[in-house]
Amino acid sequence: MNRKTSSIRQREEVQGYIFILPWLIGFVVFVLGPLLFSLYGSFTNYNVTSRMDFIGLDNYKRMFTGDPLFWISLYNTFYYVIFMVPLTTAGSILMAVLLNQRMPGTRVYRTIYYMPSVLSGVAVYMLWMQILSPETGLLNTLLRLIGIEGPAWLFDPAWTKPAIIIMKMWSVGGGMLLYLASMQGIPTQLYESADLDGANAWHKFRYITLPMITPVIFFDLVTSLIGGFQIFQEGYVMSQSGDGGPMNSLLFYNLHMWNKAFEVFDMGYAMAMAWILFVIVMIFTALNLKYSRNWVYYEGGDNR
Amino acid sequence: MNDRYYVSRHVQQRRTKIIVSVILLAGSIILLLPLWWMISTSLKSMDEIMQYPPTFYPHEVHWENYIEAWHTAPFTRYALNTLLICAFSVTGSVLSNSFVGYGFAKIHFRGRETFMSVVLATMIIPGFVTLIPQYVLFSKLGWINTYLPLIVPPFFGSAFFIFMFRQFYMTIPNELVEAAKIDGANHFYIWFWLMLPMVKPVLATVAIFSFNGAWNDLIGPLLYLNDEIKYTLQIGLQNFRGLVQTQWHYLMAASTLVLLPVLTIFFVFQRYFIEGMNLTAGMKS
Repeated sequence: MNRKTSSIRQREEVQGYIFILPWLIGFVVFVLGPLLFSLYGSFTNYNVTSRMDFIGLDNYKRMFTGDPLFWISLYNTFYYVIFMVPLTTAGSILMAVLLNQRMPGTRVYRTIYYMPSVLSGVAVYMLWMQILSPETGLLNTLLRLIGIEGPAWLFDPAWTKPAIIIMKMWSVGGGMLLYLASMQGIPTQLYESADLDGANAWHKFRYITLPMITPVIFFDLVTSLIGGFQIFQEGYVMSQSGDGGPMNSLLFYNLHMWNKAFEVFDMGYAMAMAWILFVIVMIFTALNLKYSRNWVYYEGGDNR
Repeated sequence: MNDRYYVSRHVQQRRTKIIVSVILLAGSIILLLPLWWMISTSLKSMDEIMQYPPTFYPHEVHWENYIEAWHTAPFTRYALNTLLICAFSVTGSVLSNSFVGYGFAKIHFRGRETFMSVVLATMIIPGFVTLIPQYVLFSKLGWINTYLPLIVPPFFGSAFFIFMFRQFYMTIPNELVEAAKIDGANHFYIWFWLMLPMVKPVLATVAIFSFNGAWNDLIGPLLYLNDEIKYTLQIGLQNFRGLVQTQWHYLMAASTLVLLPVLTIFFVFQRYFIEGMNLTAGMKS
């Protein structure tokens, strides 16, 4: 009897490993192996074809002291993240609050607000390049209607990044759905008892809604920070032939890495850059996790 | 006294509702304008696009822009290539992730929780860290300028989809699996015959998400495909811009056509997008 149960358990174990095997293989071949390769590669002068000599910290030294474009690309990326993350978070919370009012037509509005976020790829960048086009674009046309002469957007180094952030704001609806789902889970009794105490809309938002959605805010912050640091396509497609735009103002970190890796095949250097980005992302995620204890509220209090 | 309190409250609520409606309406006009502008521009003549003041709808509708744009580059070929990649990507994602997700949700084995945290941890790895070594790997395998680097990896699961499946499987009572096991079924049988029919919403969600992912992928094709005949719509569109420059009517017509399938899928299968979002919401803890 005992032997039989243990053999059943064993068979269960084996089946379990078989089920996760596809992922395990993929993890080793496409993630773990590449991670180790790029870690070692970052200390070499690897160029795919001929050489892979160990050169110690040279790549890292060159990055911090001998490559002004590295700093420019880092600055551009931080600029984008610092504005994009709070703006999209606030934008999607605001949208969710509006859509959470029980009103006729909210289903239609929900669809309209969510739709832009499912559209992506080159076609969307083309669409925005037309909208942002200084002479014939929609944005400057609208601005002219109210008597403002709009900037040249993608052609003016001071306005390229704000232009990209405006484009990103178009698709905040993705986050909105997450907030909306969370808001609809808040017990109505909480609002009813607040009504009895004479609370106004702002109080209800500040002291009931906001604390209850902090887990989603936390999740949203973590994912949009990770995503934000990886911005690439916007810079690649929306600057002429991926050159980083006027005065390198759209040369994001990953675009610089891409050019190093696949334009000049300085792959050792590019892998070193990749690891620095990885470290930056890890630091921000860790900070987020650490400070989340102070402001994220979990129902039931099991701070998991 | 009491009455007046309620009346004023009622009036106030009505006022709030009106304000919210106005904001919602204004918001949706702002969000729809870019799409309207794209379609409207795609139907204008170049003269009308350059005209000042600009027109908000095409005064003269030029449907032929679409045909001309489509034939300026081999878009039909690009579309077929893209569809082929999408088909493999969807098949691979649906099979592998539903399989692996089942293992993580319904089978007890040593190290399961540890492996699951590794799955989740891989989500914070920036794609570019593994991109270069993957490129090296595929070039050593001789896979450059083939579709293999684009269609093989989906068969090995992806962290986000595995998580989505696991979440959904976990809402299915374990008793069902146990009962089937007592009847002599093994996990492969249970997964395929019992569970897959029950997780259809997630299958649909993952299918849609991976279709969109493959349809919109630019980096993969850009990196791995060299021959123009193998290009996908995304690179095709990117090159098309170099070809037509600022002939916006052609550019917008081609963009509209590329976005059309994604838009159609969105409107037809809207509820699966929302389903996907609700499953994502489970990740916050």
